[in-house]
Amino acid sequence: MSEPIVVDLGPLAQIAQGQGKCFEIKGQRVAVFHGRDGKVYAIQHTCPHRGGPLADGLMGDGLVICPNHGHKFNLSTGEGSEPGERVKVYPARIVNGMIQLEFLA
Amino acid sequence: MKKQRLVVIGNGMAGARVVEEIIERSPDKFEIIMFGAEPYGNYNRISLSNVLNQTKTVEDIFINPLDWYQKNNILLYTGARVVAIDRKDRRVLARKLTDGEAAYLHDAPTRTRAGLMEEHYDQLIIATGSRPAVPPLEGFGLAGTFVFRTIDDCRHIAGYAEKCHKAVVMGGGILGLEAARGLLTHHLEVTVLEAAPQLMPAQLDQEAAAILEQSLAAMGIRVLTNVRASRIEGREGRVSGVALSDGRVLETDLVVVSIGIRPITEIAGEAGLAVNKGIICDDQMRTSDPSIFALGECIEHRGKLYGLVEPIWEQARVLADILTSSDPNARYEGTRAGTKLKVMGVELVAIGEKDPSDPADELIVYRDPYRRVYKKLIIRNGQIHGAILLGEIEFADTLLRLYSSGGALPEKHAELLFGSVTGATMINAKDLPDQAQICNCNGVSKRVIVDAIVNKGCSSVSAVGDKTKAGKGCGSCKGLIAQLIEWKRGQVEYDPRENYYVPGVPLEKSQLVAQIMQKHLTSVSAVFQELASGKEDPDSKTGLASLLKILWPKEYQDERDARFINDRVHANIQKDGTFSVVPRVYAGVITPQELMKIAQVAQKYNVPMVKLTGGQRIDLLGVKKEDLPHMWKDLGMPSGHAYAKTMRTCKSCVGIDFCRYGLGASIKLASVIEHRFQGIETPHKMKMAVAGCPRNCSEALIKDVGVVAIEGGKWEVYIGGGAASIIRKADLLCVEESEEAVVRTIGRFMQYYREHAKYAERTYSFVARLGVEVLKNILIKDSLGINAQLDERMQTAVDAYCDPWQEADIPAYPSQFEGPQLVQVLKDVENNG
Ligand SMILES: Cc1cc2nc3c(=O)[nH]c(=O)nc-3n(C[C@H](O)[C@H](O)[C@H](O)COP(=O)(O)OP(=O)(O)OC[C@H]3O[C@@H](n4cnc5c(N)ncnc54)[C@H](O)[C@@H]3O)c2cc1C
Ligand code: SF4
Ligand code: FES
Repeated sequence: MSEPIVVDLGPLAQIAQGQGKCFEIKGQRVAVFHGRDGKVYAIQHTCPHRGGPLADGLMGDGLVICPNHGHKFNLSTGEGSEPGERVKVYPARIVNGMIQLEFLA
Repeated sequence: MKKQRLVVIGNGMAGARVVEEIIERSPDKFEIIMFGAEPYGNYNRISLSNVLNQTKTVEDIFINPLDWYQKNNILLYTGARVVAIDRKDRRVLARKLTDGEAAYLHDAPTRTRAGLMEEHYDQLIIATGSRPAVPPLEGFGLAGTFVFRTIDDCRHIAGYAEKCHKAVVMGGGILGLEAARGLLTHHLEVTVLEAAPQLMPAQLDQEAAAILEQSLAAMGIRVLTNVRASRIEGREGRVSGVALSDGRVLETDLVVVSIGIRPITEIAGEAGLAVNKGIICDDQMRTSDPSIFALGECIEHRGKLYGLVEPIWEQARVLADILTSSDPNARYEGTRAGTKLKVMGVELVAIGEKDPSDPADELIVYRDPYRRVYKKLIIRNGQIHGAILLGEIEFADTLLRLYSSGGALPEKHAELLFGSVTGATMINAKDLPDQAQICNCNGVSKRVIVDAIVNKGCSSVSAVGDKTKAGKGCGSCKGLIAQLIEWKRGQVEYDPRENYYVPGVPLEKSQLVAQIMQKHLTSVSAVFQELASGKEDPDSKTGLASLLKILWPKEYQDERDARFINDRVHANIQKDGTFSVVPRVYAGVITPQELMKIAQVAQKYNVPMVKLTGGQRIDLLGVKKEDLPHMWKDLGMPSGHAYAKTMRTCKSCVGIDFCRYGLGASIKLASVIEHRFQGIETPHKMKMAVAGCPRNCSEALIKDVGVVAIEGGKWEVYIGGGAASIIRKADLLCVEESEEAVVRTIGRFMQYYREHAKYAERTYSFVARLGVEVLKNILIKDSLGINAQLDERMQTAVDAYCDPWQEADIPAYPSQFEGPQLVQVLKDVENNG
């Protein structure tokens, strides 16, 4: 098991409030969200249902809705609205206006 | 036989009416003597509001002029106030009032009979009515302060208003509002003060009161609620302002006080009759003295006081029956009466209770905030228990009649508010086989739904949906689900959430619209903040965004996070996260140059598939998000909106230009329609078509809007067609004589649909739900008188339109058109966190 690394994703301002953006880190796609509550969340970008792009989903109230078929995922726990579905969650934070992600390579 | 002497105190609505009724029954039985404190014959007090607002003159409102009394041998003392009843000697004592002395003041009890008129009675009727309540307020009595009860009050107010600019009415009840409206016709700036949090608190619920307030504001009456006057300020003996409880001072030249009425009971009380709030009467209008009767506003009957004329008419009939012995068993058992506000420009009737108070009460509410219409009906035990009709009162008479008579209601209670409608009957789900699929979107069978109803306790459509997902897709099966619940449980429980416009804001569309307009909310986040306690429900965002765009064509703040990805990037998302690009091709007519351009762009960006669509467009599929703006720029064509809930396409046949059957210029008209309505936001997508003759090659009869050329240069306009998850043939809305008329009618329908449909409700559901006859009445006959407004609001939307693909040059938000961003992890950093 490898050590988590901290990745700088650049300024928070590159993501519009209430939206997500997809980053590709070492072959993994991560959807990073900039909540209207001012917080950042990061989860796996690819929907476990049929591969929908979660970064393009609608977010709010701690959830994101996949644009393809509307399955929902909790941004903090990764828990899905449908039985058996769950997404990976990456610890993320804002440091001096920059987004930092903890990433298990 | 010697006539009995009947003395009547008070020559108002009740006194004069009972005398009329008596004369009608036995003209010769009594010698009638009347005392009236007002210096006139008898007049219709309720019309004073019309006198003040100048729709009637004082002459118009007299019921019985002075010579009527003469003709009927009635001795009338005008301008004379009875100051005492001497029951021992059966006499009344009266005093002639001096010129200008107010009719309803209170004389101190008299000890001396000097200078008083006296009349002996055998039977006595007290009909003294009531007087306006006067506040114990410093400054009341200054020149320019008035109450509103008599002709003289009315004249004084009107005379004084001549010299004034501003008026304050204290009291937001019926009389206060009628006075306010009257003052408006005297060109005053009018402010109404109401101590309660709302207008007409006795008759209206908060919602109706809020709409009423808007209607009054629209006509120029300012309303301040939740405030009291603490003092009336004066300058040189005249009113100059009103100081309010919150510290503000309103400048004003005139004050009308209308804070309630008090029964005039003192002479009865001083004579020893039983008096509570009013003079106490039994069911035969008898007071505690068997030869003294009373009726009208001065009485209290079975614990109730009335402030309306309808009870007076009934009391007068009963009392006349008793006194003339035409029906010695006549009884008055109380009146159930409604009230009507007589304010020009506002139609309002209120009946009975304003809110349901028993869980079993049936409640029907209808609102149309655009027209400020609100209707509410409360039914208890099969009887009308209360009703409010605001803005539209054509069925008020029936309601009032049923309310006062307690008559049986029609089977369909909603007909009481709207008149009867005939709806087509549908299949009943209970007759379907067990395995039949009810919800086609989520594939839920009848068996599963019935199981949820019978074994899992689901008694509302939404509860079934939560358990089984049935009805959670397009929603068209909800009616069937309701039938199943009714079948198994006898009754469908109403879950208010079912009617919310979006799940996260607990309001129906009409309520939501009213709140949004009232609070001037122009962004989705503002709606969450104000109407959902700040909770940002992601399921509610797109519906709210759509509605706000419709309500505020210019002011809408487009927070893109509230929009579906398609509307963020103006392209249709595909299963693999790529997008499609569909340029607009007006009426499906394209030039060779445009074709070449499209071909070049498709090649340059390696578009995986180029496909012709059913809407006569060219679809470039499989495009990466980051390529979108570049492709738009290279194409140089406007967006075709193939991704949005808007008017999408208007396809056309070749029509008169080439077709040998063509009757109308279908291409030209389709192009005009498409130019005008392109990109106009609608509750769901709208597809349109124009056909050059009834052969209908462009399939206009299965479109949301279809136009078909017919003989004589005319056009048929069809609405509500569709060939999607259901197939529905469109309904004929009208036949128009010109292309301009077609375009105008389409605009009206679209605007009405925009304002009234549920979010994501296609026109085929919307038209089926309302019925085309209803829409014909509204949109063609203009039965609601709203067409000019619909036209205007549509024009505003058209004017506000701009091509979203212009965002190619200036993105609307950071990273709008970025694909996955590659992050270089140069070296593994130690985790110092
Ligand atoms: C502006 C206005 C608008 C209204 N609009 C409506 C409406 O739309 N619908 C509705 O149902 N009702 C309305 N009302 C209420 C309605 O007018 C009253 O319910 C009705 O007039 C009461 O009749 P009454 O005979 O009991 O009293 P009044 O009509 O007030 O008559 C009593 C008369 O007795 C006189 N009097 C009092 N004491 C003595 C005394 N001691 N000696 C001699 N005379 C005396 C008074 O001066 C008065 O003339 C309105 C009232 C006002 C003021
Ligand atoms: S609808 Fe009529 S006019 Fe149009 S192409 Fe067909 S036949 Fe010709
Ligand atoms: S792909 Fe995400 S819900 Fe189907």
